[in-house]
Amino acid sequence: MFLIRKPCQIHSNQLCAPDNTMEKEGICKFKQLFSYLGCFLRKFMFSILSVGPIPDHIAFIMDGNRRFAKKRHLLEGDGHKAGYESLISILNYCYQLGVKYITVYAFSIENFKRQPEEVQLLMDLMVEKIEDLLRNGSIVDKYGMRLYFVGNLGLLSSTVRAAAEKAMQATAHNSRAVLLICVAYTSSDEMVHAVNQAIRKNEFDSVEEEHIEKVPMIKINDIKRHMYMSVAPDPDIVIRSSGETRLSNFLLWQTAYSPLYSPTALWPEISIWHLIWVVLDFQRNYAYLQKKRKQP
Amino acid sequence: MVTTDSIRRSSARIAQMPSFALSVLWFLIHLVISIFFIVLGIADAVENYLISSGFLKRYDAINVGKLRYLAIVVDSEDAMQINKALKLLQWLTDIGVKHVCLYDSEGVLKKSKEIILERLSCAKLYEEGDEKSVLDSKTMIIEFTSQSDGKEALVRAANLLLKRLRSLGENQEEKIFTEAQMTEALKAVGSGGPEPDLLLVYGPARCHLGFPAWRLRYTEIVHMGPLDSMKYGSLLKSIYNFTLVRQNYGK
Repeated sequence: MFLIRKPCQIHSNQLCAPDNTMEKEGICKFKQLFSYLGCFLRKFMFSILSVGPIPDHIAFIMDGNRRFAKKRHLLEGDGHKAGYESLISILNYCYQLGVKYITVYAFSIENFKRQPEEVQLLMDLMVEKIEDLLRNGSIVDKYGMRLYFVGNLGLLSSTVRAAAEKAMQATAHNSRAVLLICVAYTSSDEMVHAVNQAIRKNEFDSVEEEHIEKVPMIKINDIKRHMYMSVAPDPDIVIRSSGETRLSNFLLWQTAYSPLYSPTALWPEISIWHLIWVVLDFQRNYAYLQKKRKQP
Repeated sequence: MVTTDSIRRSSARIAQMPSFALSVLWFLIHLVISIFFIVLGIADAVENYLISSGFLKRYDAINVGKLRYLAIVVDSEDAMQINKALKLLQWLTDIGVKHVCLYDSEGVLKKSKEIILERLSCAKLYEEGDEKSVLDSKTMIIEFTSQSDGKEALVRAANLLLKRLRSLGENQEEKIFTEAQMTEALKAVGSGGPEPDLLLVYGPARCHLGFPAWRLRYTEIVHMGPLDSMKYGSLLKSIYNFTLVRQNYGK
């Protein structure tokens, strides 16, 4: 209910230039009306959805940017830019709905095998968009978002790594919403890293306690604690765009009870209706998933 | 005429709507969705009949050789219906699938493996190295897994690596194990089966229920619905659709 009480604010200067003619002013007013109507309907729909359980954490595999560029006869880089715009839309919808954690699969370790020009383009885009996110008035400010860059950051160039670390530090005080960006990430790398950390920690503990005869072994919580994704709860839902039905080495450890949805829309074509449908289906299976999660 | 002011007024009125009205709307939306799924179920049943009776010709010749390794995830409560599991395995034998990994988190199927292997005349239990063996047209290799082959196996593999590290002496603080060494350690603790090409989930929701994470990287995951309502036509269709998939593996 609280969702509707906050009024829809459409800034008229986003839709109407100050030096409009009478005719353009009419079109401008129509656009404003349309935006208000859209905003109102969205809030109304979200208020209805909020009667049932809302997922706390949604993970997205943002697949299909290149196919989108090909389909629309764009340059490849424009497909990724359209993908970024789509991400911002989806983040807005999710945080308005009340989802607290969002994880996105931005760049896999396997993606380093792509053409070097494409990899460089993606890295440059990432640095540019990180700077945009840290500006005043961005979506990070709007939702009090904390950013995490999750993955083997040592594989990134120093520029990208520095931008990621700066973003994490700058948003460390935020706590209302969390965005985890998986970059230079694969689940198998994450699991091996967690095992290595657990072993190292155990090894150092054993060296300090030499007088103990039986040295402690690693337990499941030791590995869990050292996973990159330990900063967030397990996802409630995984959504992969473009209709593919596999996880592609993404959050394999964390998704035992996370239903996977595969809308056929390419990532830049993902809309609020896909999100609404997924949340409704999640609500249908909620009791079963909660029962499974609580089992030992 | 609809204006922005009138929308603002409506918004304020809606805010005063009792939450009972929103609950009714929520319930109605879910009712419509349930009806939609019932209709979808009827359409699936019709398609299943057409496939099983051979009316849809494209399912006659499936390139089942492309499916090297199939995994089936079953909800543990459903897995207690051993007859259903046996029927499913018999269908897979008829289709020509050679390697199957059965998983349910509590190991119900694992506990019944002797019964299952006995009742299926041409099945044998998986042993390491079997993925490379050439089988005759009738034999099917079955592997039984549970959550002890998932996260728990990774913990056992980690402890094996820790033990090896200790046995190598004190200067191993900088040692970093690789993915290849992890794979080898998982094999050594008895959880080193191959990665399935296709994973069929028999349960209410499309989640892998803890299937060994190390083996799921590029596996196609398909939801088949509850084991109670399993259909031969849906099984054939899923395998057929798999043979059409093309993966980039990140490139």
